[in-house]
Amino acid sequence: MQMDGGSALLKALDFEGVEVVFGYPGGAIMPVYDSMVGGTGPRHVLVRHEQGAGHMASGYAHATGKPGVVMVTSGPAATNIVTPLADAYLDSVPVVAITGQVPYGLIGTDAFQETDTTGITMSITKHNYLVSDPNDIPQIVHEAFHIATHGRPGPVLIDLPKNITDAKNPDSLMTWNDPVAIDLPGFKPVLDGKPEDIKAAVELMLKAERPVLYAGGGILKSRGADELRALAEKLNIPVVTTLMARGAIPDSHELNLGMPGMHGNYTAVMAMQESDLLIAMGSRFDDRVTGRLDSFAQGAKVIHVDIDPAELNKIRPADVAIRGDAKRVMGQMLDELGSREGLDVTAWRSTLSGWQENYPLAYEQAEPGAKLKPQMVLERLHALSPEDTIVASGVGQHQMWASQYWKFEKPYRWLNSGGLGTMGYSIPAAIGAKAGMPDATVWAVDGDGCFQMTCQELITAAVEGIPVKIALLNNTYLGMVRQWQEMFYENRLSEVDLSGPVPDYIKLSEAMGCVAIRVEDPDEVDAAIEKANSINDRPVVVEFLTEPNENVYPMVPGGKSNSEVVVPPFQQKESK
Amino acid sequence: MKRSQLAETHTIAALVENKAGVLARVAGLFARRGFNIESLAVAPTDDRFSRITIVVDADSAPIDQIKKQLDKLIDVVDITELSVEDSALREMVLVRLELGDEAKVAEVEELVAGFSGSVVRVRGANMMLSLSSSPDDLDSFLDRLQPYGITALQRTGAIAIPGI
Repeated sequence: MQMDGGSALLKALDFEGVEVVFGYPGGAIMPVYDSMVGGTGPRHVLVRHEQGAGHMASGYAHATGKPGVVMVTSGPAATNIVTPLADAYLDSVPVVAITGQVPYGLIGTDAFQETDTTGITMSITKHNYLVSDPNDIPQIVHEAFHIATHGRPGPVLIDLPKNITDAKNPDSLMTWNDPVAIDLPGFKPVLDGKPEDIKAAVELMLKAERPVLYAGGGILKSRGADELRALAEKLNIPVVTTLMARGAIPDSHELNLGMPGMHGNYTAVMAMQESDLLIAMGSRFDDRVTGRLDSFAQGAKVIHVDIDPAELNKIRPADVAIRGDAKRVMGQMLDELGSREGLDVTAWRSTLSGWQENYPLAYEQAEPGAKLKPQMVLERLHALSPEDTIVASGVGQHQMWASQYWKFEKPYRWLNSGGLGTMGYSIPAAIGAKAGMPDATVWAVDGDGCFQMTCQELITAAVEGIPVKIALLNNTYLGMVRQWQEMFYENRLSEVDLSGPVPDYIKLSEAMGCVAIRVEDPDEVDAAIEKANSINDRPVVVEFLTEPNENVYPMVPGGKSNSEVVVPPFQQKESK
Repeated sequence: MKRSQLAETHTIAALVENKAGVLARVAGLFARRGFNIESLAVAPTDDRFSRITIVVDADSAPIDQIKKQLDKLIDVVDITELSVEDSALREMVLVRLELGDEAKVAEVEELVAGFSGSVVRVRGANMMLSLSSSPDDLDSFLDRLQPYGITALQRTGAIAIPGI
């Protein structure tokens, strides 16, 4: 079948089963947009800034398990998606980005809106393509989706010169052929662990006295939550769930110790520190988890499972390193364990419960008349929202509180920017999730700094009928930076005051088509949340005026050993 | 600087898909991960694949990480670390000399013959030479030529294939 490259791209997206594209038109991508007229191709969500489209694609992918698609033009639009691509790369999110490019013959001439998009994105994508022949479009799109979703997932970019998509240009004439089987000799992900490594790992497990399952985002990418739970239960191994793995095992599960790391809870941090066997499952010894590396879990042997072999022995040498898919490898471990008995970890569990008792995640309630405690707001938000609510977070204090105080019972309900730490992630990511899961309640937990970075996407939400809800924790500061300035720079506050007095978040939100509610009094919190949860035809912003000087605890100061974890002041009098 | 004075090196042979930008991907990876390239040689082997020989500074990063990161590139099909003993490793150099005295030409011709090199061209007291041999041989060759007045030289960097 003969067609033009622009129509071929839409057909290729249909062929890959794409339901929604988040995008923004412009010069070099206009031929593709022209082909969409009349409803051809997937649903298109018109964003208000290209960065938003990128995060929406990410949020969609994480919530649905399907690759997210972002489509923008060349030049400034391509550079505007650099941040979300880097974000998706560091958090291993399957995203396919389509960018327009100047006509092939003009590449390299500094043409209008020309950037070297494949060059710029080479280090923040898993792979990218500059297409020169429209006949290649079906196969390249097929490869891009294959690469994005197989092995360690990640973003893939396709740069499309205008001459090969423009129906008016003879260069764009192509013959559609369905994609053929993938032939990528340099891309062959290994899924199963080697049997001898599985045996060696199981032997180490059966000898452990203080084991910890260090569960990372790879468990969610591999859809391995059931296997994680089965493995933990089989051996009575306590589990810590990293920021990327929240929900991989229910927070209510007795073996779940919660989040480790810089703002992890005391027991999760100390359990890793005192462990004699760390089973790192789809986790990568990120510096936010390990603290100072040379003092991290010094007495622990390490089993490290990762689908990306470059993660193995990169940061922490492993006693048993297994290249493989977390779900498959855990299945192999369970088979190998067979009917063998679980571990007797009574003494270890009793140490852990001692820590849990002495150093629970806790905060002091607000004095009467004082501003709201953000932790309290999040606890109420969780308690009053439907069980399967998806929550997306921005980056900063509110992100840590959300991870700490939201109780996750299922996977794929928690979206955040872990690796890159992208402020402004939450609103577009929540919109992407809601677009893919229209029946779910989706809350974005945002700070006032983050909100001002990407709030314009609330217009997208209102206009496109994607009714997300925003819990804006307004503490009038760039809170995490303020906390660091307080703790590590003798409270010399530098450029962190957002007290305004503008913007008026209520007026701003209403102007963008949202219902907006301001909450100052603790007694109004529940009613506001319930009202927000009852509105399903428009986005809702609930602004909570929270305590400006609240700090996130526990905290392992940057560059310090995890053994130096700082608990909140009111817990410090008790001896450790 | 002589090779013997340089940091310890590893030689990596990479088979890559012969696609636009593949060299940029490899070079970019070295740059962003802080791996130092000593030399790099690349050419197609057939329509589909190219072979790249990379000599890397072993002190700049663990060789294991370098190999794994290279292998993550979609266009990289195979990575082999080559041992000096087993593999075939060659380098070529082109040298231009201004002897200043035609009488010295015969002397240089003898020296070149001793290395099994070749004289590409002689014009008066100026000579162009080439030598294809092991990188260490090239070092010695250039050492011996130094007194004769080298005005330009180009080494290719090592190329290598795994041993039989």
